[in-house]
Amino acid sequence: MAANELPGALAGIRVVELAGEASAYAGLLLAGMGAEVVVVEPSDGHHTRGFDPFLNDEPDPERSLWWWHYNASKLGVTLDLGKEDDRDRFRSLVATADVVLESERPGRLADLGIDHDTLRADHPELIWVSLTPFGRSGPRSQEESIDLTVLAAGGPVWSCGYDDHAIPPQRGGGNQGYQTGSIFAVLSVQTALLARDRTGQGQFVDVNMHAAANVTTEFGSVQWLVAGDEVQRQTGRHAAVEPTTFTRALSVDGIDVNTGFPPRSARDFSVVVEWMESLGLRDQFEEFFFLEMGAQLEEDLHLSQVGQDPEVTAMFGAAREAVRFIAQNITAYEFFIGAQERGLAVGIIYSPEEVLADPHFKERGFPVEVEHEDLGRSFTYVGAPYIAPKSPYRIRHRAPHVGEHNQILEALS
Amino acid sequence: MKSEALSHIRICDFTGQLAGAGATRWMAAFGAEIIRIEDPVRLGKWDVLRGTSPFVDERRGHEFGGCFNNHNVEKLGITLNLRTERGKELLTEIIAVSDAVTENFAAGVLERLGFGYDRLKEIKPDILYVSNCGFGHVGPYRKYKTWGPIVQACCGLTFTSGLPDMPSAGWGYSYMDHHGGNFMAMAIMAGLIHRSRTGEGQWIDMSCTDAGATMLGPAVLDYTANGRPLRRDGMPNSNRSQFPAMAPHGIYEADGHDSWLALAARDDRDWNAIAGLMAIDDRRFDDLAGRLAYEDELDDAVRRWTSALDRFEAAAELQTLGVPAAGVAKPVDRIDNDPNTEAWGLWPTVTHGEMGRVRVDGIPAHFSETDWVLECGGPLLGQHNRQILGGLLGYSDADLADLAAEGVI
Repeated sequence: MAANELPGALAGIRVVELAGEASAYAGLLLAGMGAEVVVVEPSDGHHTRGFDPFLNDEPDPERSLWWWHYNASKLGVTLDLGKEDDRDRFRSLVATADVVLESERPGRLADLGIDHDTLRADHPELIWVSLTPFGRSGPRSQEESIDLTVLAAGGPVWSCGYDDHAIPPQRGGGNQGYQTGSIFAVLSVQTALLARDRTGQGQFVDVNMHAAANVTTEFGSVQWLVAGDEVQRQTGRHAAVEPTTFTRALSVDGIDVNTGFPPRSARDFSVVVEWMESLGLRDQFEEFFFLEMGAQLEEDLHLSQVGQDPEVTAMFGAAREAVRFIAQNITAYEFFIGAQERGLAVGIIYSPEEVLADPHFKERGFPVEVEHEDLGRSFTYVGAPYIAPKSPYRIRHRAPHVGEHNQILEALS
Repeated sequence: MKSEALSHIRICDFTGQLAGAGATRWMAAFGAEIIRIEDPVRLGKWDVLRGTSPFVDERRGHEFGGCFNNHNVEKLGITLNLRTERGKELLTEIIAVSDAVTENFAAGVLERLGFGYDRLKEIKPDILYVSNCGFGHVGPYRKYKTWGPIVQACCGLTFTSGLPDMPSAGWGYSYMDHHGGNFMAMAIMAGLIHRSRTGEGQWIDMSCTDAGATMLGPAVLDYTANGRPLRRDGMPNSNRSQFPAMAPHGIYEADGHDSWLALAARDDRDWNAIAGLMAIDDRRFDDLAGRLAYEDELDDAVRRWTSALDRFEAAAELQTLGVPAAGVAKPVDRIDNDPNTEAWGLWPTVTHGEMGRVRVDGIPAHFSETDWVLECGGPLLGQHNRQILGGLLGYSDADLADLAAEGVI
């Protein structure tokens, strides 16, 4: 069987997902891994179908690119959970499921009589994952919350922004608060499935987005937990207790690059010397002498000597400036490739769409064409987070139309 | 006490830093037996975090790295000198009784150590092998080196954070080290689930930049379907809402040093509550289209209200009206003074062999039947040699003494 026809790792697992803004990414990942994800929305469509952007900017429940992305590979059914008949259908659907995934406000499903506590007795093997802003029972569990406030309250925002602290700290793009919660929801589903392999028992999992943000801030948390130190945000680099120097340069084509960590070894100094000479930049760089001195080092520079030993400080500073100077004289892509081919770890600051045009991502098969037969064409989507040859992650088909797979419900009765 | 969720899983683990160690950290918290393999000659320091700050006190060295402890809780640690034949034999014995081998070396390193996938399969035909590096093991950039900020730059995430006509603010930490680890855990568990169903192992090639790029889907579709790139005038403007449109939606100055308040109106109801509270009376802001068209003026009006107020008191007032709002939390606010993180048990204290009792990141999910347990700190170098080489493989204390004398462990 060709790799693109193989079932995924979660083939045979049915996930019933109550459509939700925060949990949509979890459902997408589970469906990409091969689970049959049935997304349940109201008969007039879930409100996220109203999210922009729309195809050709024409608002329509079937043209939301947000819906397309987050609901690819899923099957769609409609149920109005305010109605008893549809709640019965929901109960029947849950009876066929391995996993329920939902991001409803704590208490809503209990009020409707379709929560885990009510259904568990009949389905002891069922795994039920709830994703909420603050968890189900904590003192803040009833707060109003969106991605912005999850990231503000949970730590990420404090660490992101500019050296100038008169500028507000920044919330990175892409609804990462929701997505971080969703990633932990996926890990929870997998862990509960593996546990069920052994015990035969399902369980309830309470995933907390605020907690998820809190434990994904690296030094923001660990520095405080271990040493009681508060990190401070800096432009384009790690928030830190002590200020660090720049890692950013603007290349000739107006694209920013990350210049990485300055050379410290003779090998790396030699590389920079060779690179500058090959670009004809030697005479324009006044501190070239210190680079040549670095190329003669017998031992790597020690960071502890920077600022202490004048020669070490001069070499280290020259190396940092030299890498930036090179970046300022060529295109960002030339810089990225030129440095990495020479063994220097630097990055090009791509905008999201530029990633898909890059030859590396293309060769890995990362951009994928998804057929929209209803529109008579295909569109390019982001692909798989990893390559698993025997159980591929892949987008199986476009997102469902409203009620497109309601025959699943008919088959239940 | 250990969690029972993954107690049937054993992993021969070469991961380090956060992008790799984070993967097996999750699994260790749920009871998997994670056997870290470390180099006795270089004191385990291919994972530089073994010896780097933060530190609990004035002590330094390979047993005192605060991040190493945080990222390796509940794991076992053994030493094997893989330059020696005996070391390789012992590793072979461990692989033969493991479910998976995991690593986040630069591409090709494990193969050069003599344990590429072909060799792993010889040792154990159904082994799961999960490798993780910045650009994966396939593709023209497979040899390129990365760490968190480089990954974030190259996958599009850095670009999404910042203000128009300013350099990227980026992510002020290695966001993709956390999620590189999480996606790697996802890959490991997907591979284990596949194996439990089919009996088949495989090599899963995890690339942190691929994983990061999956996290920007709608922005990519806006380009591939509508031809609208995120790199355009006025973008990004990351404190404003991208998808869906909302206004106001931002982070506003509050009273006090470096003090900020996040708030948003999801709809007209939220807006009417905000306008009433802040006494903003401006017809231009009556509907979303107007609020977006005059967003700068709108933000100025909101800021006039927020700037005089304590960030938490202002957030509480907005919450009373049903409006999403939160003070921007500093580490002390969310770690020491937040009733919700405390009620969750989000900062458990583990016991480390040298550092003593240290608080670490907890797990943001609670399981009703097989919840996580974090009690043991990261392993000291070779701390579990006796448990693994003796208890698991059956070597005697005398054997272990010989191995130590020969420089194998």
